[in-house]
Amino acid sequence: MSDVRKCLDAFKEVATSPRKQLDKVLAEGKKAIGVIPYYAPEEIAYAAGMIPFGMWGAEVQVTESKKYFPAFYCSIVHACLDLAIKGAYKGLSAVMIPLTCDSLKGMGANWQYGVKDIPVIDVAYAQNRKILGGIDFTTSQFKKIRNQLQEVAGVLISDKAVAEAIKVYDENRAVCLEFTKLVAKHSQTVSVTDRAYVLKARYFMDRKEHTEWVKALNGMLAALPEEAVKGKKIVTTGIMADTAELLKILDDFGFTIVADQITHESVDLRQETPADFDPFRAMALRLAHIEGTSVLFEPEKLRGKQLVEIAKEAGADGVLWVNTKFCDPEEFDYVPCKKALDEADIPNLQIEVDQQMVNYEQIRTALETFRDIL
Amino acid sequence: MAVTEEKKPGKVVLRELQDKIAQDVFDAKARGEKIGWCASNFPQEICTAMDIKVAYPENMGAAVGAKGGGQRMCEEAEAMGYSIDLCSYARINLAFAKSGECPENSIPEPDFLLCCNNICGCMMKWYENIAVEKNIPLLMIDIPHLTEMTCDEDRIKYIRAQFDDCIAKLEEITGKKMDFNKLKEVMATSQRSSKAWIRALNCMGAEPSPFSGFDVFNTMAVATVGRGTPEAAAAFEYLADEYETAIKEGRSTFKGEEKYRILFEGIACWANLRTTYKTLQSRGINLTSTIYGPAFSFFYSNLDELMAAYSYVPNSYCFEKEVQLRCEDAIAKKVDGAVMHVNRSCKRWSGNTYELERQLRERVGIPTMTFDGDQSDPRVFSEAQYTTRVEALVEIMEANKQKKREAK
Repeated sequence: MSDVRKCLDAFKEVATSPRKQLDKVLAEGKKAIGVIPYYAPEEIAYAAGMIPFGMWGAEVQVTESKKYFPAFYCSIVHACLDLAIKGAYKGLSAVMIPLTCDSLKGMGANWQYGVKDIPVIDVAYAQNRKILGGIDFTTSQFKKIRNQLQEVAGVLISDKAVAEAIKVYDENRAVCLEFTKLVAKHSQTVSVTDRAYVLKARYFMDRKEHTEWVKALNGMLAALPEEAVKGKKIVTTGIMADTAELLKILDDFGFTIVADQITHESVDLRQETPADFDPFRAMALRLAHIEGTSVLFEPEKLRGKQLVEIAKEAGADGVLWVNTKFCDPEEFDYVPCKKALDEADIPNLQIEVDQQMVNYEQIRTALETFRDIL
Repeated sequence: MAVTEEKKPGKVVLRELQDKIAQDVFDAKARGEKIGWCASNFPQEICTAMDIKVAYPENMGAAVGAKGGGQRMCEEAEAMGYSIDLCSYARINLAFAKSGECPENSIPEPDFLLCCNNICGCMMKWYENIAVEKNIPLLMIDIPHLTEMTCDEDRIKYIRAQFDDCIAKLEEITGKKMDFNKLKEVMATSQRSSKAWIRALNCMGAEPSPFSGFDVFNTMAVATVGRGTPEAAAAFEYLADEYETAIKEGRSTFKGEEKYRILFEGIACWANLRTTYKTLQSRGINLTSTIYGPAFSFFYSNLDELMAAYSYVPNSYCFEKEVQLRCEDAIAKKVDGAVMHVNRSCKRWSGNTYELERQLRERVGIPTMTFDGDQSDPRVFSEAQYTTRVEALVEIMEANKQKKREAK
């Protein structure tokens, strides 16, 4: 087995066994903080010596969460709540729940009633995020969260420590972004599934350690000769696109993801933290600059334009819109973004995925046809 | 005052006023003034004080649903690529924004958009799309969801910054200037309207209630769109006086004997209003408690409090406050049970409905039922499910009454 393969398998092991990772963190005597999407300032928890633990749901059949959320609800919040009620997150010292979208605004209360052993830290920030008042508000809320996290951690969190944590996170973003570019040149070595696991693993690891792993992988990939692109080149967009069956179908049909605009993946990676004397304000400024996601206020709707630019720059044959079922922001964004793609003559396909899906045959057929027409 | 001389029922006075307010927007547009589309819980004080006319797409969505056009308009939006899972008000409006045609109801073409997300985050994405489609400015006041019982200083400061920013941009767009003395007058008038509206709603505490609670769904529109005007304040005072007189005289517009009183949770099923009403009324059930009506009343005594007041609305409150409001109202209005609408359109509202139901049962000790429905898309509602559950609720409410009678 090659070193690259061993390395990719190590990422897979982390990405597919989050509970094992959490147990490892706890066994090391560290505290872990659950982080529900989107854009919680997890750097503050990291600055306190705790390990932020990403919670983007899981492919599980939910039962308990249905006592709280209706069936027509986002599968990420369903899965997170269901797992929490069933004890899958036992050991977390707290969970950060942003109030980003309507589904998440209901999550905090349901969590408090359904999950008694993991306290909630509400994360409020400005949706009017680019104006001065919005940046000030986000900064103030992040500072409040510092106070709450200090209590959880039992240590003081200095500005300097937060600034250091920001550097760790930014470096991780940079190496991950570099990895996505290398994958486009080594698609015979790194499958769509491998790519997803490398990016996903960062949510369950100390970011510093993940950075070292990705740097090593990037080094090995860069040393390999560039490979002819396997199959059709696509850009993916959406909230997340990592259900095992979807990844398998993409691999079965030989697609290569040459770039993505996935909130769970590169949307987060593209924006580094701007320099500012106040690290909390720096994080608020980062939030103000993020583009390409449906969950943040974007009055000029730049996502479609950005998607066209990404697809053109990456030389993509088409764009795959991975719609997370029952996600209002995504369902609104789809229409203007599709219009932008159509006007740019970029072939595109929308598929609808949720984490509780078991039958992917319709998606398999749609993707097979999409491959054939590209 | 003209309204008292005419001796019209208060709900007729309010309907006429609502029609006049809607016509005023068309007239302003015809005069060449810049007009906007506005979210229902956007601080109306700004536009009223600046004499800027705005139309309300949510009201249009309700009217189109009530008049039978909901499914057709929703299907038009779905043909444009919008998911059937999205809010039906949004789908109706997005379809109308594209075609400009809707026989059931109409609003003039907007020159700008005023959005506020205290009622739901869906508004934000919906208005983004209209802004891009029509290439017009979108001004948004973001009200951060409350996580505590009161709105803190950071939030007030942020809302105020947006309030000021919005006024400056509106001055630029419309050419009209904000007169802060006029704003004070509008704030005072809004208080008059809100107090009178709440006084009218509190009449539902009488046994029997002087009116059918479903009337709230018809009279509330003016509370949404016109509460800053003297005409609206007078109309609400007229309505409240009418109800109080009816209580004194032992009269009620509820048809038949009021055997049971319920809390109705959620937005009305406009497209199925008759069925949802008749199923209850025919069994002697009157609606005497709803948080939906008071949602459009705001109390404050200065600008800072005004900022906070726009956080104190259902869907923006923290959950504990939401529960407290329902429980207090259920007790004050002496309800025997609760009918909870799990509204397919409204993810914000439906996301805590099941826990709210449990809390009402535990804290107030009343039986509850849920039913699946939608505010303006009739395809979600099932008459059979609704009727069966109402019948079961009646059985429990009757058994509870019997127990009380036996205990005496």
